Amino acid sequence: MKEIIVVAEHRRGELRDVTWEMISKGRELAQSMGGELSVALLGKEVKNMAEAIKPKANRVLLIEDNRLEFYNSETYEKVFIQLLTERKPLLTMIGHTATGMDFAPSLAARLKLPLATDCIGIDPKDGTFALTRQIYGGKINASVSFLKPGPQYMVTVRAGAFPAVEKETLPGEIVSIPSPLTDEGLARRFLEYMEAAAGEVDITQADILIAIGRGIKDAENLPLVKELADSVGGVLACSRPVVDKKWLPKGCQVGTSGKTVKPKVYIAIGISGAFQHVAGMKGAGTIIAINKDPKAPIFGVAQYGIVADLFKIVPVIKDKIKELKK
Amino acid sequence: MNIIVCIKRVPDTADADISIDKTGKEIDKSGLAFDLNEWDSYAIEEAILLKEKMGGTVTVFSLGGEDSNESLRKCLAMGADDALRLSDPAFAGGDGFATAKVLTEAIRTKPYDLILTGTQAEDDGYGQVGVVMAEMLGIPHVSIVNRIEVQDKKIKAHRELEGGLEEVVEVDLPALLTIQTGINEPRYVSIMGIRKVAKKEIKALGTSDLNLKPEDVGLAGSDIKLEGIFLPPVGEGAAMIEGKPEEIAQKVFDILKDKGGVA
Repeated sequence: MKEIIVVAEHRRGELRDVTWEMISKGRELAQSMGGELSVALLGKEVKNMAEAIKPKANRVLLIEDNRLEFYNSETYEKVFIQLLTERKPLLTMIGHTATGMDFAPSLAARLKLPLATDCIGIDPKDGTFALTRQIYGGKINASVSFLKPGPQYMVTVRAGAFPAVEKETLPGEIVSIPSPLTDEGLARRFLEYMEAAAGEVDITQADILIAIGRGIKDAENLPLVKELADSVGGVLACSRPVVDKKWLPKGCQVGTSGKTVKPKVYIAIGISGAFQHVAGMKGAGTIIAINKDPKAPIFGVAQYGIVADLFKIVPVIKDKIKELKK
Repeated sequence: MNIIVCIKRVPDTADADISIDKTGKEIDKSGLAFDLNEWDSYAIEEAILLKEKMGGTVTVFSLGGEDSNESLRKCLAMGADDALRLSDPAFAGGDGFATAKVLTEAIRTKPYDLILTGTQAEDDGYGQVGVVMAEMLGIPHVSIVNRIEVQDKKIKAHRELEGGLEEVVEVDLPALLTIQTGINEPRYVSIMGIRKVAKKEIKALGTSDLNLKPEDVGLAGSDIKLEGIFLPPVGEGAAMIEGKPEEIAQKVFDILKDKGGVA
């Protein structure tokens, strides 16, 4: 049997969206290749999650162990070395997330499985797979193939790349697999989770967000956009580079590692639109993007686009709004 | 503490208008500026901060052509002690896995307590090289690190998870950490600083120096092969607002009024 294994990702008692997305894609691939979909679920007392996954897959491979309460690359690697060696799935799908990026590459290297990371397209082709990845920060797509002749492959899958589609229920079964873990010491140990400090302003509550990115160039230029935000009763937000450079606090960051926002209007200024940012703002009611690069990916998600130098256009917009509001 | 940092020189495409070259497999790099990969600039800074605090050495490795000396010199100017370049025509076309093999073999011969890499590269974005190296070297790793605290023979590291959450882990040394942007503020390197290290010798090592066979490296030693590149489909795309700045401003106000309730 051709088996596709999706690795379920969960944190603090919740299955993460990427799990459902991979299950959806994995099932489509299994069906088209005449195979079956299994979902590997590791954790401590996670039967409720297994029950939730069961109708979506041919089986849930459930490995429960108190030592799997918190994700750890070392325990995950040990479990998957055994599981993948025994089951020899055609394809193993892992999220390209903080978790998947941390253990998929070492697991693949250990088992000598060919790995393609951060895939946004996976299509069956002559018994193997044709893949699509993004390079140069999402400005270019690349068609990629596996070079080695399998017969086992591994991919990490970008969160949000595939929709989680509702499909007819499968008569899935839960297969409990004994954990291979022992009390042997680990070189890496989980200590705790820490929440990011709350900011002064809650950007998730704003109706209008004026978001700035790398294009703002310097902290000195912040007053320009702050004035624009103030003139429309909006709140200032930003993409990752602005926080990395300490120009705005972490609480202002929109994106995968920051906040997810859904304002009525989102104006993205000097933001190229890397997927990590887009994941946090694509649910906004209306998106206006201002960027000097007409090929910037942000124009692919915005409803309105302005190709311009922000330092020339933003002052005009700000003055016009002040004038019209009088 | 002896630290090894692996870096990459990449084209700066963040603000550039990029196009695909005639081969259909690469972007046209002729007009692009090159610099140290952004993630790596935080990794080298973190290494130098540790050295300043605890003593020891910082050695920088890079796989790349002679151009990469420029980025290695930047690291030397920032405060690294030594730089080594890994270069061989056989390395061409290598993916993240093949790159990790070369770096691993080069590192095997050196003493180290800690290895730092960037979490990923701006160009290929594999996000796998560091973690694969740790596996091959048989040392523990922590990826996407945005804060570290060295303790006796171990490190407390904060990993950046999604949604503003962090995971704090403890890892025994020697270990490999992949560094996330924002962990520090990479120091500025002046032209004078670069000049001071301009004459420092940067040794280059190839396949035969590294106990590697040509079939282990480059495209031959890779998991995946690039078939072609194309511009991402834009979907519906944005309705472009054009005209004089005044007209554009009026339209933006209309949208804010209509959709955002701005009165």
